[in-house]
Amino acid sequence: MSIGLHNSAFKNPVIRWVDSRLPIFSMMQNEYGSFPTPKNFNYFWNFGALAMINLMIMIATGIFLAMHYTPHVTMAFDSVERIMRDVNYGWLFRYVHANGASMFFIVVYIHIWRGMYYGSYKAPRELLWMIGVVIFLLMMATAFMGYVLPWGQMSFWGATVITNLFSAFPVVGDSIVTLLWGGFSVDNPTLNRFFSLHYLLPFVIFGVVFLHVAALHITGSNNPLGIDPKGPQDTVPFHPYYTAKDSVGMVVYFIVFASLVFFAPNLLGDPANYIPANPLVTPTHIVPEWYFLPYYAILRAVPDKLGGVLLMFGSILVWFILPWLDTSPVRSMRFRPIAKWFLLLWGIAFGTLMYCGGKPPEGIYVVLSRVATLYYFAWFLVILPVLGRLERPLPLPESIAKPVLRGGGPLPAGAMTKPMEKA
Amino acid sequence: MAWPFISSMNPARDVLALSTTEADIKSVPVGGAVTLVWRGKPVFVRHRTAAEIESAVNVDLAELRDPQPDSARHKAGKAEWLVVIGVCTHLGCVPLGQKPTDPRGDFGGWFCPCHGSHYDTAGRIRKGPAPANLALPTYAFTTDTQLKIG
Repeated sequence: MSIGLHNSAFKNPVIRWVDSRLPIFSMMQNEYGSFPTPKNFNYFWNFGALAMINLMIMIATGIFLAMHYTPHVTMAFDSVERIMRDVNYGWLFRYVHANGASMFFIVVYIHIWRGMYYGSYKAPRELLWMIGVVIFLLMMATAFMGYVLPWGQMSFWGATVITNLFSAFPVVGDSIVTLLWGGFSVDNPTLNRFFSLHYLLPFVIFGVVFLHVAALHITGSNNPLGIDPKGPQDTVPFHPYYTAKDSVGMVVYFIVFASLVFFAPNLLGDPANYIPANPLVTPTHIVPEWYFLPYYAILRAVPDKLGGVLLMFGSILVWFILPWLDTSPVRSMRFRPIAKWFLLLWGIAFGTLMYCGGKPPEGIYVVLSRVATLYYFAWFLVILPVLGRLERPLPLPESIAKPVLRGGGPLPAGAMTKPMEKA
Repeated sequence: MAWPFISSMNPARDVLALSTTEADIKSVPVGGAVTLVWRGKPVFVRHRTAAEIESAVNVDLAELRDPQPDSARHKAGKAEWLVVIGVCTHLGCVPLGQKPTDPRGDFGGWFCPCHGSHYDTAGRIRKGPAPANLALPTYAFTTDTQLKIG
């Protein structure tokens, strides 16, 4: 083996020739083949892989939709209808793409919840978590701009309301909004740039996902017990163990996805978006897509414009400092008897906000939104920092292997490694 | 270096050029209203009744969020014509109240259905989340009933 070539372990001469010069086969083998992964994952650990698959589906369908779409205010709506009626399988691509956005958010919300429940954001995975928050923000921007493209009533008025959020900032607010619009209202220049950015951002997301996975492969995965693997007896190689487990999750995921696409393609959409955009008539109830409802409810819960906007942005930005707000050294909520219930209540508050965001801003819904908003922030800013110091966690198991291998006490090292060590 | 990129996102020259709208408003009856389009935005023109003008004048300025007397909301000697940009100052929805069948809110002006802002008969914010009165466009009467906006 001459100097400068990678020392490849592959036997096949062609693969070996490539791998010696560009070790992508070795990389795949190390990162997805023999990569040591805690052996106690539950099905919550499927959702990272599912999100990756979802991103690829969105990019694939999106590229083909863009071949038939016209980003102009007079033609956008009709071009989408043409995709639905005349383009071969256009209906399939559009329904997969539109419901794919919903599936993406379902998957990512579960993925984030997993991170919160099992403390995946804690040291040493803080940066991994923060990169994840960046991905989520990019996803939100991409989804918002994608929803504007069909140029229906909800597209237009959603774009108007969201871009106007920036007018809340003092002094520079109005200039920012004019800059975003490229005019004096949401109009053709706005549609054009949204199309351009909607095409660009998924590839940016892809890049940041790469960083997310790269950071994950430095720290290794968390697991339901939240304790570090102590050796090879606590891990299994990623392939075939988790490729198989992820495949089970994938089957369920595709059943749900296909049910939406083929039996209820418009269930999660708003019928008002099948009315062409009219800049002079605002629909009675402007509601964003379901995945934005919690933040919309926070916006409307505050009776002050700037305050509402700041709290809405703050509701996600606060996730960035979550690793430092949580003062407990214990990762998994399984061993935090009090925090577990407060986190569950936070999940209910999030659900309440999602429900209220879809209702008119009056009466009981305003009260509910305010209570839920208050708890949403109290959990991060008060309960988590304080509870970490007061709460007495349950005793942690000595290792991942121990609860599986019955008969207390750590096993002698020799007896342990022999049957368990696979890699 | 970044400036050409940022600047290119601002309104282009052809967008800026479409900046005046003219209309004859003599057919609008007392108590009626018409909606014009200026720079892609609706402009509300309302032919106010004497009662509407009176209710707009008789307001204690101290109780307004964005205090402006009625006289600052219309051209001198043209109190019957109120011309405002029909865009809610909260998040940019178009308030209801132009059609006789529309809800006009608690103060007889306009009501924004998006987040519940109420405007009075001078287009001033009276209730709800909006921070400011409906904006006034630059406009002039070229004749008694000929309106030029922009």
